[in-house]
Order: sequence, then C-alpha cells, then structure tokens
Amino acid sequence: MSRNGPAALVFHTLFVVFMVAPIVVVCWVAFTPEGFLSIPTTNFSLRWFKALANYPEFVHAFAVSLWLGALSSCVALLFAVPAALALSRYQFRGRDALSALFLSPLMIPHVVLGIAFLRFFTSAGIGGTFLALVIAHVVVVFPFALRLTLAAATGMDRSVEMAAISLGADGWTMFRRVTLPAILPGIVSGWMLAFIQSFDDLTMTIFLATPGTETLPVRMFLYIQDNIDPLVTSVSASVIAITMTVLILLDRCYGLDRVLTAKGGDAGR
Amino acid sequence: MSTTVSANPSDARTGLTLALPALMLFTGVVVIPLAMTVLLSFHDWGQYKGIEPVFILKNWIEIVSDPYYAEMFWRTFRVAVLATLITAVFGVPEAYILNRMQGPWKGLFLLIIIGPLLISVVARTLGWALLFGGNNGLVNKLLMTSGLIASPLRFMFTETGMVIALAHAMMPFMVLAVWTALQRLDPQVENAALSLGAGSFTVIRRIVLPQIMPGVLSGAIIVFSLSASAFATPAIIGGRRLKVAATLAYDEFLNTLNWPLGAAVAVLLLIALVLIVVGSNALIERRYQEMFR
Repeated sequence: MSRNGPAALVFHTLFVVFMVAPIVVVCWVAFTPEGFLSIPTTNFSLRWFKALANYPEFVHAFAVSLWLGALSSCVALLFAVPAALALSRYQFRGRDALSALFLSPLMIPHVVLGIAFLRFFTSAGIGGTFLALVIAHVVVVFPFALRLTLAAATGMDRSVEMAAISLGADGWTMFRRVTLPAILPGIVSGWMLAFIQSFDDLTMTIFLATPGTETLPVRMFLYIQDNIDPLVTSVSASVIAITMTVLILLDRCYGLDRVLTAKGGDAGR
Repeated sequence: MSTTVSANPSDARTGLTLALPALMLFTGVVVIPLAMTVLLSFHDWGQYKGIEPVFILKNWIEIVSDPYYAEMFWRTFRVAVLATLITAVFGVPEAYILNRMQGPWKGLFLLIIIGPLLISVVARTLGWALLFGGNNGLVNKLLMTSGLIASPLRFMFTETGMVIALAHAMMPFMVLAVWTALQRLDPQVENAALSLGAGSFTVIRRIVLPQIMPGVLSGAIIVFSLSASAFATPAIIGGRRLKVAATLAYDEFLNTLNWPLGAAVAVLLLIALVLIVVGSNALIERRYQEMFR
C-alpha cells in the first residue's frame, strides 16, 4: 500500500481543521474572562462555567436529559434484546418487514416523528409529560440499541448455545448463562449509543418538551434563538466534554467505526 | 428449544413471541401516530375555532397553490443538494486518504472525523454561528487576511452559511459510507494496475472510483435525506426568515398553532423523501446489480 503524497496530506490537514474548527471554537470561547463573546488569548477563566450554577433552568434541563437518556436506553434494550434474538435466531414469515419497521425511525425525519408524537400524546392525554418523552425516546433510540445487539447476536458462536442445551440447560438458563454474557458487549455499546442519541436529540424532542420537561438541547436551542453569549458556549463545552467521554469509552470497548457503521449504514435506507 | 435457524413452526412461534413486545410498541407508538398525522393534514383549522375534524383538501390546496410553499420546498431541496455535493467532493478524497494511512494515525483521524457525528448538533451549529458571526467573524477575518476576499461575506442568515454548516454536520456520514466501501476493495487490483504502468490518477479514476461508486451514492442518499429534513442547523444559521420544510412545520405547530397545515408540510416532506430515497436506491441497485450479488 502506497503512502499519501504531500498534496494529500495538505488536503487532509485542511479537512481536519474544517471538521474540528466549530467544536474547538465553542470550547475556546467558553473560557473567556470577558462578559461578551471573545476568543481569549492570554487570560483564561472558568467564570462562565461557575455562572452555570446560577441558571437553574440549565441545571434542571441537564438532569432531565440524563434521566431521559438513561431510562429510555434501558427500556429500549428491554424491547431490543428479545427482538434481536428473534431476528437473528428464527425464520418466520414477515421477518424482513419486521426489521424494516424496527429500523424505520432512522428513515422517518425526526421532525415528522416529533409532530406525530405531539399529535398522538396530546390526544392520549399525556402531552407534555415526562412519560411521553420517555416513550418517544425509546422509539427513536430503539434502532441503535437493536442494531448493535443484533450484530452481537449474529456474530456469536451458536455451538456454545447448543452445548448448553445438550448438557440439560433450559431455554432461560441458556439465555442467562450463555447468550447474555456473549452478547453483553453489544448490549453495553448499544446502550451507550442509544444514550448519546437520546441525550443529543433536539428535532423530535422540541415538539414534546414543555417548560418543566425541557431537555438540555431544547433549552440550549431556545436560548440561542434569543441571544448567543458566553454562557451558552460553556454549556455546549460541557456537553461536548461529556459526549467525548462516552465516545472514547465506546471506541475502547467496541471500536467506533463498527458502532458508527451500524449507525450510518442504514440511515438512508 | 432449538436455536438453529429453521422453518420449524414452533420455532417461528418462539421468534414471533420474542419480537412481539417491540412489534406492539411500534404499532402503538409509530404506525398509529403517523396515520393520525396524515389524517390531521386533512382537518380544518381556524384562528378562533381551532382544529375541526373534517375531511377537506384545504391545507393541501394551500400548499400546492401558494408560491410561498413552492419556494420554501425548493430552498429545502437546493440546500440539501448543495450540502450533498460538498460532502461528496471533499468527503470521498478524505476517505481515500484516511484509508491509506498507517496504523494508529488511521484510528485517531477516523475518531476525529466521524466523532462529531455524536456531538450535539446544537453545539456544533453554535460553533458555526461563532465562526460566521457578522462582519468580524473568524471566517471572514481569515479570508480577508489571506487576501481571498476584499470585503466580508455574509454567512449568518444566508443559504451559503446553511449549506456550509449542513455539509459539516453531514460529512461524517459520507466519509463513513465511502470508508466502508473502500474496506471491501482488494488492494491487489490497485497494485496490478500500477504494475501495468497506470499512473496514480488513472488508478483512482479507472480502478478505485468505479468500485466505490455504490458507497458514494448511498452516502449521498443518507446525506441528502438528513439535510432535507434537518432542523437545528437551518433554524440557527437561517434565522427566523429563511425557512426550510422542518422549520416551517415547527413554526406552524408551536407558533401559529395551525397544526393541520404543519402536518401537511411534514407529510409532504416525508412522502417526497421516501420517493427520492426509494427511487434512487432502486436505480443504484439496478445500475450496480453485479456488486450486490
């Protein structure tokens, strides 16, 4: 395999700068000591991070986002693990249709899902509640939880399961002692990817969130609509730091390209 | 309980039973709400009477006959196509360069380039708003010091800004799609062409590009459909006046409160996207049939 030439490396450098520039600039501005937007060069300060404590709406929205992400990812996996086993282990009529249905939230624009959920939950009488948000997020993160669990279930060595059965284990014992430990990395990665998707979602959530149930992205978006100041950059920098942590964890325990190929590969289909 | 894949009837029952909870969830919370939304687009609405559950074509006629909507949908389409072209022009070479990198560099840069996919789109768009920011924005300063432009360009509240920010947000999808296609490539074919005397440009044009074309096209479909339905980037960079389909639907629902009209805009967006995506997927599969075997 030949190496990249100098022209290719220049292109590559410019490309990387383009990709990281907006992220770096947000984090950079967040450390400004000034009361206005500026790029600090000599003085750096944590003033705007400390200021966050005085904005309970951001702190509250952050708590909502964390709970919502954790809860909806767990619930999504409760549905996704059996579904993944069904799709990977059994042949039945309508299997392809079923997997298309389960992956459909990737293909339906989130603005359409948001509208559909708003209409549905309002008619059902639970519009604007945290419960409605959880249900909506379970559906939206479900494909991510499913895909990674499915990849793990398809990839595992089936003969170990056979051995367990032939040694007298019943179906549940086999699942608990053999299948579950084997697909656990897929489940954990699925949970993390689902959590990030829920934690970041704006387009769908903005239709459902009410002042008490605003998530962090919704709060940030509504804030930016009014004005952009250093405070919102420090919120964004914190969000970026959290996402990066999960991202590095994901990369370490599963390989980011594998996780994301499962994510991106079907998004448009 | 047997775990082998077979068409055994009891197996089929176990499979369906396992998938049943998810199926019920999706029927209840996806299929029914979507059907309700389609229905909603045929309802009537008035400033004082609210939503009236009748079956009329009023909203659809308004969308088709009022040039405002045609312009808005045309803008949505134009911005999405331009963003897709930019991701293809820059993302394809980058994926190729990335694939030729050695060991740890490859992993590191892949993380840097596709990692932003998982970072909050609000935070990323805020970054572009800071970079563009008025006449003193960083991008303008950079372009003026380098002598590329004489006077500052307008990025905020313009389609140009929207296209750049969208292309940035969607770039990881294109790089990933092309990267996946490159992984399937046999490097020996490239080497064979080189040893037969082809220049590296000829190798890329005649050997690499034709083989990764399905990857490029499926990346383009993903980028296009996500750009056409994007909300955060057009809302923040485009401002309140430069509307695209998603931001207009949002306005109708949460500001004007004309839900039936908003539902019609959303349903039309969904139908247009499904037709474009399914249509182009079919075209690609027919064109590259031999590769899908």
